[in-house]
Amino acid sequence: MRAYDVAAAVVDPELPMLTLADLGVLRSVEEREGRVDVAITPTYSGCPALSAMRDDLVRRLGEEGYDDVRVRVELDPPWSSDLITDRGRTALAEHGISPPGPAPASSGGPVPLTLEPTRLDVRCPRCGAVAERTSEFGPTPCTSLFRCPECREPFEHVKEL
Amino acid sequence: MCPTSEPGGTAAVDHGPYADLDATDPAHWAFGTGFADPLAGIDPELPEGLDRTGHAALCLLLGDDALVYSHRLSEWCSRAPDLEDDVALGNIALDLLGQARLLLARAAVVDPTVVPAMPVGSPVPAEDALAFFRDAPAYHSSRTAALANGDFGHTVLRLFLWSTVRLAVLQRLVDHPDPVLAAIAAKGVKELTYHRDWSGRWVVTLAQGTEESRGRMVAAFDALAAARVELLGRYPDAGVEAEDVLDQLLDAAELRRPEEGADAGLADDLPDLLAELQSVARAHPMGRW
Repeated sequence: MRAYDVAAAVVDPELPMLTLADLGVLRSVEEREGRVDVAITPTYSGCPALSAMRDDLVRRLGEEGYDDVRVRVELDPPWSSDLITDRGRTALAEHGISPPGPAPASSGGPVPLTLEPTRLDVRCPRCGAVAERTSEFGPTPCTSLFRCPECREPFEHVKEL
Repeated sequence: MCPTSEPGGTAAVDHGPYADLDATDPAHWAFGTGFADPLAGIDPELPEGLDRTGHAALCLLLGDDALVYSHRLSEWCSRAPDLEDDVALGNIALDLLGQARLLLARAAVVDPTVVPAMPVGSPVPAEDALAFFRDAPAYHSSRTAALANGDFGHTVLRLFLWSTVRLAVLQRLVDHPDPVLAAIAAKGVKELTYHRDWSGRWVVTLAQGTEESRGRMVAAFDALAAARVELLGRYPDAGVEAEDVLDQLLDAAELRRPEEGADAGLADDLPDLLAELQSVARAHPMGRW
């Protein structure tokens, strides 16, 4: 297997229905003279899954015969939820997690203060009803919590970033 | 909810997409056990013309403030008024801890002389040496960040004031000649927008709530008047924007602009905070975490 294919198939430890490629955190995989250089980017600055991703990349590539693997962090440009692939969005929804809408655009000026409760068009991944947010922050840095008023199921929604 | 347990037998739980996670890898039991360099592989070179001493001091100014405030916010774990806000404060503390790690690691690369000397053979990385083995006078954090926690109203107001100023500061750094600091800042801007807006909404909610909650919010503004002065004094470039954002908040909360305070009145709670933050690491300077 090509090193890229191995690395791209490694899954996110917190959202394991997503591969690192589908989450948009895998920046590059370069094979040169028996050595593999992988670049990944964190979703959030403090995301503790980053070191688990690094370990998984080294282990999986090692299992495929790549013994010299270096994983580096790449911060620029910062990760955005817009980088989640269509395949990743489908996988999230299939597992009951609502994929993010478009990330807020940067105007270049001061970031506007938003004091109104933001009305997001988040739909229940099970029945499609418009859902209500129960918590802006969720069990992982990249998710918030919603509840469906129709089928009453709570679910996670990947935040727009 | 007990999926498919058989009487007397062990439960066969369907782990769904989580089934393939490797439970033998310690990194999957406790995320963050592998404290590898958060800037691993990033070019350590600085653009020409940047003064290493001054640039490291800037990284420490921003990194120390985030570390100290992250620790204060983390003290709310299991104590917030409800679970959602407990999770929110924990998440915010985690974002700031992430920013602190990147900034302290960058400071150490830019100017290695800022890193405290460790015993020969100590495996403690530079970011940890900076976090755990400097005494309070060597810290560059604000007194505002270190202040002991008050009630929930005090907490959301301090978070609003602090993150408003930090957001304005980081936004001015996204074009910094040091590409690493610029990238850390760009990432921080997105995170702080969430923090500021969450805390601002709580300030409005409490100010517009009951007589008791409004009274507490007014008291928090009084208690934090000196903190405002300190933050604006530390980051004068951010002053106009921060004061404009504060006006928007006061307007929404229907509160009067508080009296100006003097920052001489701010308590110095950093030594107590560091005693808690550093005691375990200092007991084991040769420790591997």
